Amino acid sequence: MGTVKNLMKNRHPYIFIAPAIIILTVFSIIPIVVALFISFTDLNLKGLADWSNISFIGLENYASLLSDEVFHRSIFNTFFYVIFGVPLVIFFSLSIALLLNYGSSLLFKIFRGVYYMPSITNIIAVAVVWGYLYNTEYGLINYLLSLVHVDKIPWLGEPTIAKISLIILAVWKGIGINMIIFLAALQGIPKMYYEAAEIDGANRFQRLFYITIPLLRFAIFFVTVTTLIGWLQFFEEPFIMTKGGPLDGTISMSLFIYKNGFQFSEFGYAAAGSFVLFIFIIIVTLLQFKLRKSDTDY
Amino acid sequence: MNNKKSKIKLRIEKIVVSIVLVLGGLLVSIPFIWMITSSFKPESEILQVPPTLFPQNPTLENYINLFSNMNFGLYLRNTVIIVLLSFLGLLFNAMAGYAFAKYDFKGKNKLFILILATMMIPAQVTMIPVYLILNELGLTNTMTGIILPGLAAAFGIFLFRQFMATIPDDLIEAARLDGANEFYIFFKLIVPVCKPIFAVQGILTFIGSWNSFLWPLIIANDERLYTLSVGLSLLKGQYANNFALQMAGAAFMVVPIIIIFAFFQKYIVEGFTMSGMK
Repeated sequence: MGTVKNLMKNRHPYIFIAPAIIILTVFSIIPIVVALFISFTDLNLKGLADWSNISFIGLENYASLLSDEVFHRSIFNTFFYVIFGVPLVIFFSLSIALLLNYGSSLLFKIFRGVYYMPSITNIIAVAVVWGYLYNTEYGLINYLLSLVHVDKIPWLGEPTIAKISLIILAVWKGIGINMIIFLAALQGIPKMYYEAAEIDGANRFQRLFYITIPLLRFAIFFVTVTTLIGWLQFFEEPFIMTKGGPLDGTISMSLFIYKNGFQFSEFGYAAAGSFVLFIFIIIVTLLQFKLRKSDTDY
Repeated sequence: MNNKKSKIKLRIEKIVVSIVLVLGGLLVSIPFIWMITSSFKPESEILQVPPTLFPQNPTLENYINLFSNMNFGLYLRNTVIIVLLSFLGLLFNAMAGYAFAKYDFKGKNKLFILILATMMIPAQVTMIPVYLILNELGLTNTMTGIILPGLAAAFGIFLFRQFMATIPDDLIEAARLDGANEFYIFFKLIVPVCKPIFAVQGILTFIGSWNSFLWPLIIANDERLYTLSVGLSLLKGQYANNFALQMAGAAFMVVPIIIIFAFFQKYIVEGFTMSGMK
């Protein structure tokens, strides 16, 4: 009786968190359990219509993944995207943030907006515009290249070139948000550090490598982790631009999961694929934290 | 003498930095510029080689076609509905953030960690089960099904909590002593104080829901529920070679966001500084 009374008296925080907690439970936490469960079943359209058609098949989905050529391809492509994309995003967003931090006049404010713009732009619109830029016959890029006598490049028509084209697009789109994070961090560095260094006669590069970069350590760590997780889930660019082609040359793990789930309706198989991706993400993230721990903090 | 020299050096450095920034900025803007100029070209001009930078015979035909040939009016309406309803989610996140910042209750820490943990779950893992759950609830192919799963976001709750933790407890206690009830305190006292964080979250919510694509695509089976993104991807498939129409569709989606962003840019940058990203 007492506890009920207590609960009534302290009900307010629970009322405040209820909507968010219910939604997160139903659409985030329960789904994890459901996904794990269906990854051990052969759930497909037939099973969706009538649950008695679903049977428990143990690790069969995972075994099939091991021998699925397309899945291997998707893993290879995903790592290709990550290995080239993540360093490029970090390099460009940090460099641009350093340049933008140089001044505070209107020009710098305007260009901060310009560099941020791609990251808030709708991905479909981006794909439509870049699809036109990349077009072999009528695209602007091939036209500009023809002015310097470079032959037409099939930007989206050859597996490796298509992967590179998608990376260029995704880097262009990925700079903005990370640049803002770096910029916020740069503005948090006390000016006196630089003044002291200047008195000691440190030149610009010494100041960059001995003051700025070490003090940005947390921001760099944060950006690296989030960008890595994001690129491991690389999806929309190949989905819209190339549909994973040509010859599965651009298919990513996420796209593999989507295709199996929503195009072939092999929900069980797709769920198994999604857990493999989840495990990759967990491993990479833990590795990052481990590497950071061995790092001294300031 | 030495001072003067270094001043000149600084001056030159600043000019070089500005030039690099402007050139890089132009390079980054090419897709936008090309999109907008091409959207005013007639269909014949767009396939011209060499291409024209500015349309020779500017026309609004492409924009008109978006509404006459395609159903962009309907897509726009659906997108606006989604944007408006997603602001409900902003309220849910703020409420949860407030409870975690300013109340002591049983299970508080465990629940908060649980919420943060949901940030780690990749969308691909939950995509299929969420679809199956909505299917069981009979919510596939409905507006509710499109909006509901996105209404609570762990990152939003986290940011609200961070901000609200800085509000002095005395302020809330004083209101309580005056006999104000808890909901009155939240809506009349806390929400006004939290305007800056609402501004940031509001803009991000707007951009996110305006751009939402994958979930509407999965849930909506018939055109009645398509959003602008889904409509635009449909257009890309149906009018694969009509680049002028495609550019008009893209511009129609992108320009409103750029305008909103230009107005609220300041808040977005401040928002990241506020979250203590140092």
